[in-house]
Amino acid sequence: MNEVLERIRDLQARARQGGNAKAREKHVARGKMLPRDRITALIDPSTSFLELSSLAGHELYGEDIPSGGIITGVGTVSGVTCVIVANDATVKGGTYYPITVKKHLRAQEIAQQNRLPCIYLVDSGGANLPHQKDVFPGRDHFGRIFYNQARMSGAGIPQISVVMGPCTAGGAYVPSMSDESIIVNEQGHIFLAGPPLVKAATGEEVTAEELGGGKMHSTESGVTDYLAVDDAHALVLARRCISNLNWPQAQAVGYPSGVSISEQSKPWQDPLYDPAELNGIVGTNLRKQVDAHEIIARIVDGSEFAEFKPEFGPTLVTGFARVFGQQVGILASNGILLSPAALKGAHFIELCTKRHVPLLFLQNISGFMVGRDAEAGGIAKNGAKLVTAVACAAVPKLTVVFGASYGAGNYGMCGRAYSPRFLWTWPNAKTGVMGAEQLAGVMAAVGKGSDDGLKERIEKETDSVFGSARLWDDGIIEPALTRDYVGLGLRAALGGWTEKEDTTFGVFRM
Amino acid sequence: MYTFQRLRPAARNSKLLYPLLQAIRKSSTQAGDIKPLASLLIANRGEIALRVGRTASEYGIRTTTLYTNPDALSQHALSSPFSINLGDPSAYLDGDRIIAIAKEQGCEAIHPGYGFLSENPAFARKCVEAGLVFVGPPWEAIEDMGSKSRSKEIMTYAGVPCIPGYHGHIQDPEYLKAEAAKIGYPVLLKAVKGGGGKGMRIVNTPAEFHQQLDSAKSEARNSFGDEIMLVEKYITKPRHIEVQVFADKHGNCVALGERDCSIQRRHQKILEESPAPHLEDSIRKDLWEKARAAASAVGYEGAGTVEFIFDNDTNEFFFMEMNTRLQVEHPVTEMVTGQDLVRWQLIVAEGGKLPLTQDQIEEEIAQRGHAIEARIYAENPAMNFIPDSGKLLHLRLPKASDTVRIDAGFVAGDEVSSHYDPMIAKLIVRAPTRQAALKKMTAALESYEVGGPITNIEFLKKVCVSPAFVGGEVETGYINKYREELFEQKPPPKEAIAQVAVGLLLQERNSVQSLAPSWGPFSALGAHFQERTYNIVELPADVQLKTEPMKVTIREVSPETLVVTVDTTTFNVSTSASSPKQFTTYFPHTRLETTMIRDEDRITIWQQGQQYKFKLVMPNWVEKALGVKDEAHSVLAPMPCKVLRVDVKAGDEVKKDQVVAVIESMKMETVIRSPIDGIISRVVHGPGDMCKAGTALVEFEE
Repeated sequence: MNEVLERIRDLQARARQGGNAKAREKHVARGKMLPRDRITALIDPSTSFLELSSLAGHELYGEDIPSGGIITGVGTVSGVTCVIVANDATVKGGTYYPITVKKHLRAQEIAQQNRLPCIYLVDSGGANLPHQKDVFPGRDHFGRIFYNQARMSGAGIPQISVVMGPCTAGGAYVPSMSDESIIVNEQGHIFLAGPPLVKAATGEEVTAEELGGGKMHSTESGVTDYLAVDDAHALVLARRCISNLNWPQAQAVGYPSGVSISEQSKPWQDPLYDPAELNGIVGTNLRKQVDAHEIIARIVDGSEFAEFKPEFGPTLVTGFARVFGQQVGILASNGILLSPAALKGAHFIELCTKRHVPLLFLQNISGFMVGRDAEAGGIAKNGAKLVTAVACAAVPKLTVVFGASYGAGNYGMCGRAYSPRFLWTWPNAKTGVMGAEQLAGVMAAVGKGSDDGLKERIEKETDSVFGSARLWDDGIIEPALTRDYVGLGLRAALGGWTEKEDTTFGVFRM
Repeated sequence: MYTFQRLRPAARNSKLLYPLLQAIRKSSTQAGDIKPLASLLIANRGEIALRVGRTASEYGIRTTTLYTNPDALSQHALSSPFSINLGDPSAYLDGDRIIAIAKEQGCEAIHPGYGFLSENPAFARKCVEAGLVFVGPPWEAIEDMGSKSRSKEIMTYAGVPCIPGYHGHIQDPEYLKAEAAKIGYPVLLKAVKGGGGKGMRIVNTPAEFHQQLDSAKSEARNSFGDEIMLVEKYITKPRHIEVQVFADKHGNCVALGERDCSIQRRHQKILEESPAPHLEDSIRKDLWEKARAAASAVGYEGAGTVEFIFDNDTNEFFFMEMNTRLQVEHPVTEMVTGQDLVRWQLIVAEGGKLPLTQDQIEEEIAQRGHAIEARIYAENPAMNFIPDSGKLLHLRLPKASDTVRIDAGFVAGDEVSSHYDPMIAKLIVRAPTRQAALKKMTAALESYEVGGPITNIEFLKKVCVSPAFVGGEVETGYINKYREELFEQKPPPKEAIAQVAVGLLLQERNSVQSLAPSWGPFSALGAHFQERTYNIVELPADVQLKTEPMKVTIREVSPETLVVTVDTTTFNVSTSASSPKQFTTYFPHTRLETTMIRDEDRITIWQQGQQYKFKLVMPNWVEKALGVKDEAHSVLAPMPCKVLRVDVKAGDEVKKDQVVAVIESMKMETVIRSPIDGIISRVVHGPGDMCKAGTALVEFEE
């Protein structure tokens, strides 16, 4: 497990550096701040930035696109929980690869689902032209960014842009579609076509500054609202914009006010079992069953867990607990899903939705039970009840994959398709229709197992890094930090959650 | 009284008349019965008004205080049930108005405190004429002692040694110069009506006589509207020793010991002690005798101080002047005698007898050891002690006890107004020996924290541990003589700079917490983002010294655990805050408890008994976005002031330390010098302009 962890840490550290040293030096030499420094300056001191999918784009295009050329995440700005989207101009000029678009859209989805204000730190050359077919035309391509901005603005979710570099062509619409825009003087540029294109089109010779500089847009066109002297100033202005949103400030999860955060003043208890032990509890061999209670004990406050129906359907553990003081209903895999376990899960979700308690899924499942007895026992309809309950539950759902995520188990335990507000993966986790070995076995059985490399390929494609690079999750996390991620995720989910929605379930097949 | 009035002009002309004069005064002021006072108007402000009020209240005397517009919320105005607004800031000097108020308010007596009207014979006289008791000596005594030349005549007659000099009316500069030559250089020029070092100049050679005379006259004219000067022998290694005397209406006169007030800056005292160190007992007793003789010579009543210059080289002493009031440093005497001198003043004013005889006083003194007073001023020692003013953002006092006393006129949040004397408080300690008292004073100063205006506390600490001073080698030129030692600048330790960064982070954290009363789960997951950089510059007390910004980075590992890097040194520390401005940090090698006050970009911290001042470097955008000018390109007024003259004009090329302008503040002239070599681009303020502290006077070309 340590080996796996080290690999992830190494990959993440490299991704966090952004573009290569030369690009970074050039960036700083222009008086610009590196994107991660911008985020640090933007968020409140002593608050964590919940970064999403830092391994996006890893080994995706045969060229290095660290973090997919864009940094997204959830942070606290002037006390308000916000989604922050920052282009990394040190990575291919901040241009949009398909994965960049996907990551941008995912950040917006998080903002939309959780009703979080959006701050865009724009510094991008626009669409990556060689990849235009995969960034421009589709529903979930470039245009969707502005569609989302308009819809969110319409829904009252504030959209704030800070233009800290180029904003060309389609990119020009990020600030233009925002509620408020800030631009850095003699650094940020907004235009539908840059000077070379203008010259080609109309013969007009014009400098970038005249064409779409901060001064012009702030004094003449009105595309931007605030003219900043430099990055640091722009971020101060952005913080000021947020403080004027009249937005509810995050209160769901956290320390009470006061300077000292000592043991006594914490409104919750730390787990009795050290979360750091999580790194060692689960191995890389997913065939070895892990007792879900061991995981829960290292995530929840005081290691206190009020288990629901402990004696019934024990392969799914359900019950109530608190994480950083916030109540959650937990569903944790504890083996193969059998009918009783599925029924218990559906029942428990019903309880939580009636009480508006957020759900936490701890997923380590090789699937639903198969076989004649299981089918006769109605595993299909009972499993469907669980899937229906998961799909329809209108409370915030969070998912952590701590082992296997195979087959229908992925559905029943709130996989990506079931729109959990956040989905995190442990480094050892595997996601696929089934295990690589089983898949190769099935293929061989149906007579198409001649592909020798199949097992190895599937092995690679079910690996957590492979999935995270493609945004099947919101990031790979260290097991020891699960409690913190869940806490931050809950705050993001509840910070913007103003109205409690009632759940209406589909037909439960009885 | 009437008889005396008639006699007085004649008396002036004949020294022979003095004994008669005394006899007449005695009979004219002799009180038959004791008339207890029931009410008192305190015609002063600040700590002395509070001090007088305290004793008066203790003895059941109803007090009325006065205040002016800028003083409306000051502590003395709030201290009494009756408080009357005089309006204009200068109205504490409006004697007629104050007398009228005393009458209206039904006050029986007026206590003038020190300064203001305390030594104004006309006021004292009007009080008496209005039927009020003036808590102080007879106005005639004030008048006699108020004139330097006249007081010398009286003292010479009474057998009190006086310093050689010319105290006559001939003011022709050449004549004065001739007199100076007769006395022998160096000589001292002094305004006859002067006091507190104003209108006073030392002349070392005949060549500079006229220049210094003009300067002294100008200052005297501005300060007291009178420019008559006297010339005296200047003693090169003098000590200032004064004797506290008290006399009643029954012919009793006692000396309550002496005070050595040799530690002075700008000819004003900052440290006073009793008994005077290294003084032979015979000389001490002789001083007391001469002081009593001096008081008797003018028919004195109440509290007075006879000041002597003591020549360290010859052990001679000369009468300097008699202060006909309770002095700032009276607590020193109270500490060594165990007496309440305000109470004594009231007893004398009521017509009572002095509570103790000379022998009883000496018994008290023998038992009580040594006392020292330090005056805490809002002033900048490194800038030739120019006064400072402003809001007291933070105040922490040493723990008061029987032997540690704090007489303060302010509490935290009060404004030290530029209209008045910038003394914030007096700190007085007592211990069995001088050495012990000095240690106690140092310890008390180390726990004295004043945030806001610059104070002399750091400087006082240095004096209290200065070896020569500890050895008792005092002289009025002490500060100048040991200048190098006392004004040595030491760069702050890296731990202090680290603490500033920690404090800034805690404050920022606190400010966002008040925004959102919540806190994210804290973990290492954001560690890569948490490094913050502060650029901190040490603010040397001397604004003309330039210091380089120091880069400090701080990374949070957990709410309590921080990694702080100052320059090239990295500390792994854990910190916890006990209040928004106090926090304790455990460094690998030590624990530091720090108090930090931030006023915009100015930061003051206290730790381990030391104060450090810093400035937070503003981000680059501030200048452009907010139009804040870099101070390096202009000369700023160091305090609220009036511009007297500007010696440069636009386009002039000036050298560093060249005189740029002369300003006046607190009735003191200060010369403003150029901090750099450069060319003047603009004169911002001209003569007569009133400027706030920090206002640009002239700007340089960039």
